[in-house]
Amino acid sequence: MSLRNPSSFLNPLLFFVIAISLFPLAISPESHTLSNIAAGIVWVTCMLSVLLSLNALFHYDYDNGVLEQMVISHHSLPLILLAKTIAHWFLTGLPIILLSPLLGMALFLDTQSIYVLMLTLLLATPSLSLIGAIGASLIVGIKNSGMLLSLLTLPLYIPILIFATSAVSQSQFNLPINGQLYFLSSILLISLMVAPYVSAVALKTSLE
Amino acid sequence: MSKLIVTDLTCQRGYNKLFSNLSFELNSGEILKISGANGSGKTSLLKILAGLNSAESGKLSINNNNVGSYDYQSDIFYLGHLPALSPELHSKENLDYLAQLNNCSSDLEISEALTSVGLKNFEYEYAVNLSAGQKRRIVLSALFMTQAKVWLLDEPFTALDADGINVIETQITNHSDDGGICVLTTHQKCNLHGIKTLTL
Repeated sequence: MSLRNPSSFLNPLLFFVIAISLFPLAISPESHTLSNIAAGIVWVTCMLSVLLSLNALFHYDYDNGVLEQMVISHHSLPLILLAKTIAHWFLTGLPIILLSPLLGMALFLDTQSIYVLMLTLLLATPSLSLIGAIGASLIVGIKNSGMLLSLLTLPLYIPILIFATSAVSQSQFNLPINGQLYFLSSILLISLMVAPYVSAVALKTSLE
Repeated sequence: MSKLIVTDLTCQRGYNKLFSNLSFELNSGEILKISGANGSGKTSLLKILAGLNSAESGKLSINNNNVGSYDYQSDIFYLGHLPALSPELHSKENLDYLAQLNNCSSDLEISEALTSVGLKNFEYEYAVNLSAGQKRRIVLSALFMTQAKVWLLDEPFTALDADGINVIETQITNHSDDGGICVLTTHQKCNLHGIKTLTL
């Protein structure tokens, strides 16, 4: 459905590219300065662009009544929501991962750090979509709920932000990053197991 | 044989108690019209029967399967006020999705179902381009495909012309003759034979 309405996934992606490209203008175009903060810039912008796309995850289905049909379906609601979340990741997380090498180069990240950045994005952007789906389920049906969504979701994103940026920064100094990657993998596994069920409960409660 | 049993159902919305200790049974072939003034709880009752909302108290089951169970949800087909169509999808995709979510494993092709409601050659028409009546007809064409035993229809005749109403009434009658159960709300006069009425 999003492919038929490209603005729903192109807008967050454009925000990601534009926001990152503004940092060298605002801070400093020097390679040393930018490479030091590149991981933080990419990751914070990535989170905000995912957040930007979350509002539409259930909003339109709620408005046109399709969500009701999903909830009363004899199929497992968590499984339906997992499918929707995976589709959301394909249209937001995956393009961000594919664009990250270019933006990493623009921020003067070395090749190894770019690989690590891509790896952290690959491990953690699905978690962003899964955790975001919980927030999106809670606010479904509430008008102008963008701020509420941020308040609900961003605190849950903070561990991901810390481990992901720490992995990229440490790789710039050739330090081991196994610990951070294990944590990101654990968050992904826990999100994958828990988030669809929590989203389903939240969605049913929101529709009451 | 199907049997829908509602026992001591109580529904409260905010501070308003819409109905309390509501009990009824519907057997195969029975059609129930829920009537009442605006805000009396017709839609709330249908949503509770569909498993969308929960009641304050009470029990409901179809063939001894409780609401929320796989078998109960497989046995129902619910159409609410909203069109249940995504504007970005065309009619065939919308119906296909609706069929997958519901218990629609009929051999009847989507194009045949659409023809039944007078929308021949509308398979590839996007929902956004359709009138309210045409959208309603498309959703109601799922009635020609569903295998669900209990139909829960909230204002099914809204936005339909006389011909459309006639087609849907005939399909509800056929469903009833085949041993199905139908619970519907409408403010319009129904030409359905042997219909029972429950006033809230």
